Amino acid sequence: MAPDAAGRQPLAPETPDALADIVRAAAADGTPLDLMGSGTRRGLGRPVAGNARTVSLRGLMGVRQYSPTELYITVGAGTPLAEVAATLAEKGQGLLFEPPDLRTLLGSAGEPTIGGAVATGFAGPARIAGGGIRDSLIGVEMVTGRAEAIRSGGRVMKNVTGYDLTKLTVGSFGTLGALTEVTFKVLPTPRRMATLAVRGLGDGDARALMSLALASPYEVTGAAHLPAAIAARSEVAALTDGAATLLRLGGFAESIDYRVGELTDHLETAAQIDVLDDDASAAAWAEVRDVRALAGPPDRAVWRISVKPTAGPEVVARLADLLPDVLYDWGGGLVWLSLEAGEDAAASVVRGAAEAAGGTAMLVRAPDGVRAAIPFQAPPTGALATVIARLKSAFDPAGVLNPGRLYPET
Amino acid sequence: MQMPEPNAAVLARRAQIAADLRSLLPAPDMVIAAEDELRAYETDGLSAYRQMPMIVVLPETTQQVSAIMRYCHMNGIRSVARGAGTSLAGGALPLADSVVIGISKMTRVVDVDFANRTATVQPGVTNMAITTAVQHEGFFFAPDPSSQIACTIAGNVAMNSGGAHCLKYGVTSNNLLGLEVVLPDGEVVRLGGPNLDGGGYDLMGLFTGSEGTLGIVTEITVRILHSPEGARPILMGFDSNEAAGACVDAIISSGIIPVALEFMDKPAIHAAEAYVHAGYPLDVEALLIVEVEGSDEEVDRLLGWIKEIAQRHNPSYLRISTSEAESQIIWKGRKSAFGAVGRISPDYYCMDGTIPTGQLPGVLKRIGEICDGYGFEVANIFHAGDGNLHPLIMYDANKAGDLEKAENCGADILKLCVDVGGCLTGEHGVGVEKRDLMTYQFTETELEQQRRVKDVFDPAWLLNPHKIFPLSARVGRLGADAAPAAAAE
Ligand SMILES: Cc1cc2nc3c(=O)[nH]c(=O)nc-3n(C[C@H](O)[C@H](O)[C@H](O)COP(=O)(O)OP(=O)(O)OC[C@H]3O[C@@H](n4cnc5c(N)ncnc54)[C@H](O)[C@@H]3O)c2cc1C
Repeated sequence: MAPDAAGRQPLAPETPDALADIVRAAAADGTPLDLMGSGTRRGLGRPVAGNARTVSLRGLMGVRQYSPTELYITVGAGTPLAEVAATLAEKGQGLLFEPPDLRTLLGSAGEPTIGGAVATGFAGPARIAGGGIRDSLIGVEMVTGRAEAIRSGGRVMKNVTGYDLTKLTVGSFGTLGALTEVTFKVLPTPRRMATLAVRGLGDGDARALMSLALASPYEVTGAAHLPAAIAARSEVAALTDGAATLLRLGGFAESIDYRVGELTDHLETAAQIDVLDDDASAAAWAEVRDVRALAGPPDRAVWRISVKPTAGPEVVARLADLLPDVLYDWGGGLVWLSLEAGEDAAASVVRGAAEAAGGTAMLVRAPDGVRAAIPFQAPPTGALATVIARLKSAFDPAGVLNPGRLYPET
Repeated sequence: MQMPEPNAAVLARRAQIAADLRSLLPAPDMVIAAEDELRAYETDGLSAYRQMPMIVVLPETTQQVSAIMRYCHMNGIRSVARGAGTSLAGGALPLADSVVIGISKMTRVVDVDFANRTATVQPGVTNMAITTAVQHEGFFFAPDPSSQIACTIAGNVAMNSGGAHCLKYGVTSNNLLGLEVVLPDGEVVRLGGPNLDGGGYDLMGLFTGSEGTLGIVTEITVRILHSPEGARPILMGFDSNEAAGACVDAIISSGIIPVALEFMDKPAIHAAEAYVHAGYPLDVEALLIVEVEGSDEEVDRLLGWIKEIAQRHNPSYLRISTSEAESQIIWKGRKSAFGAVGRISPDYYCMDGTIPTGQLPGVLKRIGEICDGYGFEVANIFHAGDGNLHPLIMYDANKAGDLEKAENCGADILKLCVDVGGCLTGEHGVGVEKRDLMTYQFTETELEQQRRVKDVFDPAWLLNPHKIFPLSARVGRLGADAAPAAAAE
């Protein structure tokens, strides 16, 4: 692990108790802590305020319990995602939320951890069907900013006992507690996959087609649109020639052929439809999941906009002057956008467009100067801001856990 | 049942408070203060407990709810939100000095958006009414509590209710997009939105399942799904709970995740059959209802596979539903099972723990022994796919001491659920019913952190303050009662 700017090695607790000691000491003297797994997503959120001490949670690792018939897995928060995935794959199961690998996009290296995935909260294309991290995380253990080890949830998927603090950890960027252990509901992975690639549609038509597909009984598990310029960057040879609207089906082999046929009929489109088989599907969806098409050039700013699906193309149309590269996922509801970073990544225009449509925009990547100047996401206002600030201090009264990383004041 | 000491000063101002509330609302009949009319609000689905509220208000808009909450906040008056009053945990049980905020007039479907697959509704819309509003386009709202004809979406949000089909579709929380909430001080906030995963703290996730203690939900945007082409169950009977449990494991290990996987034991089967005549076999110890979805051909294939798996576990009964009518009656038997047990016993007490599914046979055996020890019969109905148990303890409230005995028996069962790695409540909530058991599942540190969350939203503990947490544990909190005293009937 690399030393920080002051030449100090990261602290590396291997037990929740050791972590609690570190947090206790930090809270006592007001030293901010910069929590990380392997650091592959350190570029997300704003740099932690103050002269922070880095804490690596990598040492809290290992598969603790895995019960394929009870459909859950419990792992240390520092466990590499790849290890979790491999453990599950041995039994034909997987995480439902299809976690993206953002290393290419963020230009980082290292082994992404499961705790980092939870704290940052990003789900992949399967979000529209299998749910987000919030939907499959069923239990956590964490050390709060009070240096207290607490549990929420457990290892059963039906559990309404007490407040759902588990969900609160998802996407909280470690500002409420340092995760030490996480438990997920898991499911069998589809035995076979196929993807309909509908060719040559404009953004608006593609969105309408995705809505139609998702309003069918055929259980579409992914709906993404690659405009021509993005499709051209694909490494899946079949996709490179013109815009491609991807509709994914998964399930038992016997069902897939049937559903491909039914869905094709249901779409009633004159556009050309190519069908990608299992391998090509996997490759195409991994590219979408990891937002690889927007990885280069690295000095461009990358935004992640979440809106209702019908608003996706509308927001993009309003930003046309910025000449963005655009990739749509979640049926149009997730828009990845890259543009010339400039001074401020066009923050007010991008946020204005997203918010006018009832959505939000996150600045996922930008040169350091821009990142420091522009909030990661729009700061909350009014009564909500009060609730958020109070919640932060309920968990971390000294404000030592990743201060400023998610919200400017928390 | 211990209740917080009513605030005498508030009670003394009752007439004035009713008048003030009337001045905040457009019609005088939106405030109920007459004793005979208040009676309808004294209890919920946990009818062993009754407590008359001070006043009931029936607002129609978010602004009215906000005005009421602001008034209560400024005047130190406690309030309790109420949906349809079907809570089985006493979630809607009032306090003697409380204003009950009933949402029964807020029943408008505000917007249905098929292109974005959402419906936005007022809080008093029933669970079933959401599906009714969208089914003409082939859509449905997935969470399906057995009480769905009566219970409100606000109650579902407050309790994070589940249903028989949540193995595939998840519980309420997994099917929400956004909430409009009136905070205890009257401020109106929006949590979540029309979009997915907008970033920031998942306050919608925190609010869901918070049992009406953090705010009043006034508008809800839910996800709606397109219905599958078809769905049909298979019925499978076994000579032992062990065999049925092993069959459940085997089905899941095979990679098939049914949409529903329900279990009934012999007393439950007999009660349901006598009530609904669903055609359940009466000579089996355990019955599984396993449902799969898809086209006719897909359903046939999946049910065929499940049948093959089941046959390895020596079922004494196997029947695949062949028609919509047959499927409906099979489900009717299951969904009426609580009522059916109500017919064969003067009273029943419905428990709701969850266990890791592998513990099933052992836990059922222990539940039998525990109930035996108290001299009670028990019927077991549960969601076997996710381990959510509903033992129904049959007792007679007219027998002196029987209710208390039933409660102790239930507590022993719930402790057993925690002991084997599960939890106190899978879908009904803690309410007043299980609040004293919270210390069994959580450490004092953990409970205190949860109470700090309550402090964030409701620093004076004015909204539904007697739920979720043991009363004694609130000592010292601002506005909370130092000494619990009064007892509800
Ligand atoms: C026969 C029967 C079968 C049942 N089956 C199931 C089942 O299968 N699955 C399941 O999960 N539950 C089941 N239940 C329990 C119950 O129906 C659910 O808990 C339901 O969600 C309660 O809804 P309600 O409208 O009746 O709420 P109420 O009982 O009126 O209130 C429940 C809670 O919600 C709060 N609340 C109400 N309105 C609001 C609001 N606007 N804002 C904030 N909080 C509010 C109340 O304060 C209270 O804490 C069953 C109950 C019965 C009687």
